[in-house]
Amino acid sequence: MNEKEILSRLKKIVEPYTQRPEGLRDFNVNTDFINDLQINSANLVDVVLDVEDEFNIEIDNDSMEGMLTVGDAKTIIENKLV
Amino acid sequence: MSKRVVITGMGVASPNAVGLRDFNHALKNMNSGIRFFPELERLNFSCQIAGKPEIPEDLLTEYFTPLQLRGLNSSGIVYGVIAGIDAWKDAGLSIIDGNNPDWDSGIIFGTGILGVDKFREAIHLIDAGKTRRLGSSSVIQTMASGISAYLGGMLGCGNQVTTNSSACTTGTEALLMGFERIKAGKASRMLVGSCSDHGPYIWGGFDAMRILPANFNKEPEHVPGPMSAKASGFVPGSGAGALILEELDSAIARGARIYAEILGGEINSGGQRENGSMTAANNEAVVRCITKAIENSGIHSTDIDAINGHLTATSRDSVEILNWTIALNRKDSNFPYINSLKGLTGHCLSASGSIECVASVLQIWNNYIFGSLNCEEIHPEILELVDEDKIPRNLLEEKINILAKASFGFGDVNAVAIFKRYTA
Repeated sequence: MNEKEILSRLKKIVEPYTQRPEGLRDFNVNTDFINDLQINSANLVDVVLDVEDEFNIEIDNDSMEGMLTVGDAKTIIENKLV
Repeated sequence: MSKRVVITGMGVASPNAVGLRDFNHALKNMNSGIRFFPELERLNFSCQIAGKPEIPEDLLTEYFTPLQLRGLNSSGIVYGVIAGIDAWKDAGLSIIDGNNPDWDSGIIFGTGILGVDKFREAIHLIDAGKTRRLGSSSVIQTMASGISAYLGGMLGCGNQVTTNSSACTTGTEALLMGFERIKAGKASRMLVGSCSDHGPYIWGGFDAMRILPANFNKEPEHVPGPMSAKASGFVPGSGAGALILEELDSAIARGARIYAEILGGEINSGGQRENGSMTAANNEAVVRCITKAIENSGIHSTDIDAINGHLTATSRDSVEILNWTIALNRKDSNFPYINSLKGLTGHCLSASGSIECVASVLQIWNNYIFGSLNCEEIHPEILELVDEDKIPRNLLEEKINILAKASFGFGDVNAVAIFKRYTA
């Protein structure tokens, strides 16, 4: 799976949780879930569950805590997919 | 001069109608919301009939965001939000968009238990060792105060936002608690009400107690109603009712429509002493609750034109009527008109008090007394106390000035509210 495809799937996942839609316009590895998209911190666990379902992987608690940006999520997904 | 409290908005999600206008119509036409549920038959319930509001999928999107709808599996929250938001809008209040809460508006919205279907999901996941799969919405949909929390966030209320719980007294208690808060000058407006989840996990415990009617599964339209000679138990229901209580000056300043005034009321308990128990009311406590409510309202028992009783369709109905005759010192042809909503909706449990308060106020506002359904033959013990024409079985066009509403609940708890036609 290439980076572009991972990012496009991620964007679809975070869309319903995003409270700042303009943050989605420039969706890239530096996009911060809380600062740029204003996702409610409680909803980050839901994003993680959706990512698990979408990519058929399991994300442990330590990895989840380091998942602050789209780039972090991409790296975690890539590592699990190997 | 003590503050006066009026009702300026109402909303309802009842088994026989969703929305205030349809509910008013259903009351006047005596439309029943009691239906047969195949699910209850499959689960071997003795009583397979119940009352459940019908909510079309597309209606939900008018009240909840797509995000809120994800994984939403708490019927009490659905009913409570529909009734609460409707009441707010019906009162002509706007929903705050900016960053400042409305510090003068609060919420007391009760429930018996919330989000049982969501809780069941969680139990299955937890027992399978998958707790981490619960997601973020398990807590907010199952905490008792979830309903007031959802409404508080949607409306931006900055005054007290809480949930009360007192079994089938809950809704009427919420109304009186909101009334007292405004009286005390602590809030200008209170959204009060209550909700109850639907489904087998709510109703099962009552079925097990053998207090629900078991012989009308094939003919729910004929199940004997409250005060009927054949009453054999209450039909379980669900839903929500909501009212906006407002300090009179605030209502006048806004130019709000005033449905009725709350004169006062009383909340008490029989302490599960004498003939009171966990499941039965102490008669002395009921009589005291009624007489104190009248006293607190500054009226005389002879001023009461109509009663909306608790009256569930059990053998307790005649005891309730007896308590009313003692408390009011009125009987036979001197007794006020009395009716019960539960023949049309079933007993909506923690939602019953608020739905019935809405029904009571609609009767004052629209000059009628709705008929009690499936009560052609009135219980002989009741006829010994009250003249038959005081129990309308059909719509009665009648101007009501003062109405008394009672709710009684498990735990031997009581609440009585006194509503009056508003006059400046």
